[in-house]
Amino acid sequence: MRCKNLVDVGRRQFLRGGALAAAGAAAATVTTAPANAAPANAQVDYPSNRLANISDLKVNEPVDIEYPDADSPGVLIKLGQAVEGGVGPDGDIVAFSVLCPHKGYNMSYNGEDRTLNCPGHFSRFDVESGGQQVWGHATQNLPQFTLRVDGNGDIFAEGASDLIFGRPSNVL
Amino acid sequence: MAYKRQIDRLPIPPKDAKVSNVTCHYCIVGCGYKAYTWPRNKQGTLKDNAFGIDLSEQQGADGTWVAPAMYNVVKQDGKDVHLALVPDKDCVVNSGLVSIRGGRMAENRPSRVTGTQQQRLTDPMIWRNGTWQPTSWDDALDLVARVTARIITQGSEDDLVVSMFDHGGSAGGYENTWGTGKLYFQSMKVKNARIHNRPAYNSEVHSTRDMGVGELNYSYSDYEITDTIVMVGGNSLETQTNLFLNHMRKGLENGARMVVVDPRRTVTVNAAEEIAGKENVLHLAINPGSDMALFNAILTQVVDNGWTDNEFIKNSTFQDGEAVAQDDAHPAGLGSLEYAMKTCRTSPEEAAKICGIDAADIVKAAEWIAKPKEDGSRRKCVTCYEKGVIWGNDNYRTIGAIVNVSLATGNIGREGSGCCRLGGHQEGYYRPSDAHVGRPAEYVDQLLIKGGGKIHHIWACDHYKTTLNASEFKRVHRRRSNMVKDAMDASATGTREQQVEAIVAAVNAGGLFVVDMDIIHSQIGQNAHVILPAAESNEMNLTSMNGERRLRLSEKYMDPPGQAKPDCLIAAGIAQHMERVLREMGHDKYADQFKGYDWKTEEDAFMDGYHQGNPDVTYDRLRAMGNNGVQEPVAGFKDGKLVGTPRLYADGKFDRHGRKDKKALFCAAGWRGWQAPGKAKEQADHKFWINNVRANIFWQNQFLDQDNDFIQDRFPYPFIEMNPDDMAEMGLNPGDLIEIHNENGATQGMAYPTDTARRGQVAMVFGSPSGSQGNVVNPGVNELVLPDYKHTWGNIRKLADATPTAKAVSFKSKEYTA
Ligand code: SF4
Ligand code: FES
Repeated sequence: MRCKNLVDVGRRQFLRGGALAAAGAAAATVTTAPANAAPANAQVDYPSNRLANISDLKVNEPVDIEYPDADSPGVLIKLGQAVEGGVGPDGDIVAFSVLCPHKGYNMSYNGEDRTLNCPGHFSRFDVESGGQQVWGHATQNLPQFTLRVDGNGDIFAEGASDLIFGRPSNVL
Repeated sequence: MAYKRQIDRLPIPPKDAKVSNVTCHYCIVGCGYKAYTWPRNKQGTLKDNAFGIDLSEQQGADGTWVAPAMYNVVKQDGKDVHLALVPDKDCVVNSGLVSIRGGRMAENRPSRVTGTQQQRLTDPMIWRNGTWQPTSWDDALDLVARVTARIITQGSEDDLVVSMFDHGGSAGGYENTWGTGKLYFQSMKVKNARIHNRPAYNSEVHSTRDMGVGELNYSYSDYEITDTIVMVGGNSLETQTNLFLNHMRKGLENGARMVVVDPRRTVTVNAAEEIAGKENVLHLAINPGSDMALFNAILTQVVDNGWTDNEFIKNSTFQDGEAVAQDDAHPAGLGSLEYAMKTCRTSPEEAAKICGIDAADIVKAAEWIAKPKEDGSRRKCVTCYEKGVIWGNDNYRTIGAIVNVSLATGNIGREGSGCCRLGGHQEGYYRPSDAHVGRPAEYVDQLLIKGGGKIHHIWACDHYKTTLNASEFKRVHRRRSNMVKDAMDASATGTREQQVEAIVAAVNAGGLFVVDMDIIHSQIGQNAHVILPAAESNEMNLTSMNGERRLRLSEKYMDPPGQAKPDCLIAAGIAQHMERVLREMGHDKYADQFKGYDWKTEEDAFMDGYHQGNPDVTYDRLRAMGNNGVQEPVAGFKDGKLVGTPRLYADGKFDRHGRKDKKALFCAAGWRGWQAPGKAKEQADHKFWINNVRANIFWQNQFLDQDNDFIQDRFPYPFIEMNPDDMAEMGLNPGDLIEIHNENGATQGMAYPTDTARRGQVAMVFGSPSGSQGNVVNPGVNELVLPDYKHTWGNIRKLADATPTAKAVSFKSKEYTA
């Protein structure tokens, strides 16, 4: 099965075996479903949310988005040149959470060198390199949203590559 | 393309999770954390959990969050448990902040469930049949004791060379420095010893101590209420991260100005400008190695303008000319301010020439430090310094020149002041006297290179990554240890006695028998004949103090991997086997020296060592003090609490030098250009200055981070920051693999274009497993054997185009831009 949630699988499967099962169990304890309910999914189910249409995007002009829900701000950017993980006809559209994965401050976009910068403690992330932390205090790279473009040019977000700041589960 | 964890969700700590106090075991700052552990088959819920908050809501900025790096599954009392390791909001050190190092403590624990840190050593190993084979503690310690006892009774204890950590945190701490110290400095009197990061057993800051000023004299809170912060050869946002973010930042926000002395523009300068405004930050980008001239000129300005604190000088400093003459153990004379001024006097213009900066900026720095405010009141100033000068040119006199300014302006021992080293590891030193080592101490790495020593006990040191003249050191160490490996292979089928005979014959023929105590199989460990697996902080209880002398007990919350043990108990094991073997050999009196190690736990070692000197301090009392601990020296125990000392020398009496008059001394810091041999010629002969720098992302020499995907993905090879025009001239693209070479050796890394790098100056990250900067550093040290790692020159050539791995990483500026 092709799993479209996998943007770029890490070289090591962090949650090998047991921990993943435990994560599933966490969901099981919060549901009030009867005992014969289907077992919890190994990964969370992401909503498929329409973010914008390709025609709305201008190169290097970020559009504010919210994903997977209204409490999780992000940004959708057309970069003008193809990047790994980029979608659309030019392979250049990407989306990221803008909550800094250090302490959750809102980041701002620097169009000059195409980085997201955090006023909290000066971390910065490269939107052209899959949200890699260029320099900073976060212990992970920026959550990148998995995008899909349909025949009409509508852009949908359907997953995230990393845990979003301030939540134990990307879908609450 | 960036490393992604693909983690959507983490287990939630339940309300009844066990909570342990943790002091981050990485850098000197010692941030407080809470370790939550709970059984494998239990969970909290969104509404009902250990944090007592509603996790179904998005947490705001600074809110509680367990990042994936703060989570793991570890063994506790033999069972798998969940671990969440989160910063402690109530700890005054970090107030809930994490750094990119401390925030990954959980992820850097060994776990057979999640597969992390499988490089950790689990069993004692002996070189057998051409490789390292696992064995029991008794078998391994028997071999160590037999060979060691044979050699030191045939020859002397001088044939035993010991490399041992002297720090806190990590696998150091009061327990482990005592265990090793008692073995080598009490049961034996080993003089050929060296410390983890330098080639001799010496202080990194002899001069400040000789001047009477202990190097950690302030409270971190002093930064918050000071008027001026002076940072010399430091880069705190990267290397003491939460000291900068939680304390220096508050000072800057409260109106303090900052002077940063560093040839390189760092992210610390950038952040300070963001916080305080450019007009309140003065970056003095001096010529490498010229700090002393700068501080002599600042001192001269202070004196000539009458900005000295005359009351303080009169009451607290020596008044009568020379107190200590320059000699072999003192690279500069010490005495009164007047006496020191005879050698220190330097005009701003003279200093400007030496330092390559504007004389006006030197005057400005002096004004920021000492010119009284408009209402006539004195400015308060905190001065901090670190490796830029400690591992720099003329260590003794340079640090002396810095401390001179703080003394002349009365900026030690008072609120909002201090003159301190910033520090690398935490501290945790408690050992019997090392007076027998002598001063200057033996240059141990050169002793080994010249064929000296027959046995080498190594405690958590990796000279391969962290010595100077490393190319030569590696060649010789490998050759000498291979002689012993060959001998062991040749006698593989013999009895233990025959094996020992073969080893003794090999070391008498120039070989070296190597015993390596470490948590991983290190690079120098490749030369070992016996490898003993050690535990780390939190796999044992560990006490250390941070850069403001804050002592905490960091609690054990997990088992060490396999048979690994705390170093103090390994030292005890060596002692016990030494006693047994020496008795067998008929050396009863000598054997008696190895009594007194019947410790069952690290707490026993603590009680035998630190507690004897500090009877008020026990594990129970420290546990009760939690993550805020107590600032040393501990002054007593009152109302159920340990009473600490927020600041040293508050009474104006200085005693670090041991003088009865308790008067601080000034240092006659006479400028003499490049102090260490060979530096001037190396500079003249090569195109690039090779600065040796740290990065926040790596802890120390990457001994754990080399096995961390998130880290290795960011910098797959050691970065070498380089001016883009220099790169263009050499046809280099970002990420290209380049070699730095000179007469000492060669090393390699990847070119990282850096706009702010000066032409002809590159900055290579230190201690990398895949490119040791020490390879190209010459053997030059000062009179007291302090290495000058920072001053190296070399030429650069391209080796290869950027690999696909290197091409995938970001080469953008590290500086925050709003
Ligand atoms: S600043 Fe230092 S002590 Fe604090 S979390 Fe980071 S590495 Fe640990
Ligand atoms: S919250 Fe972004 S750097 Fe700290």
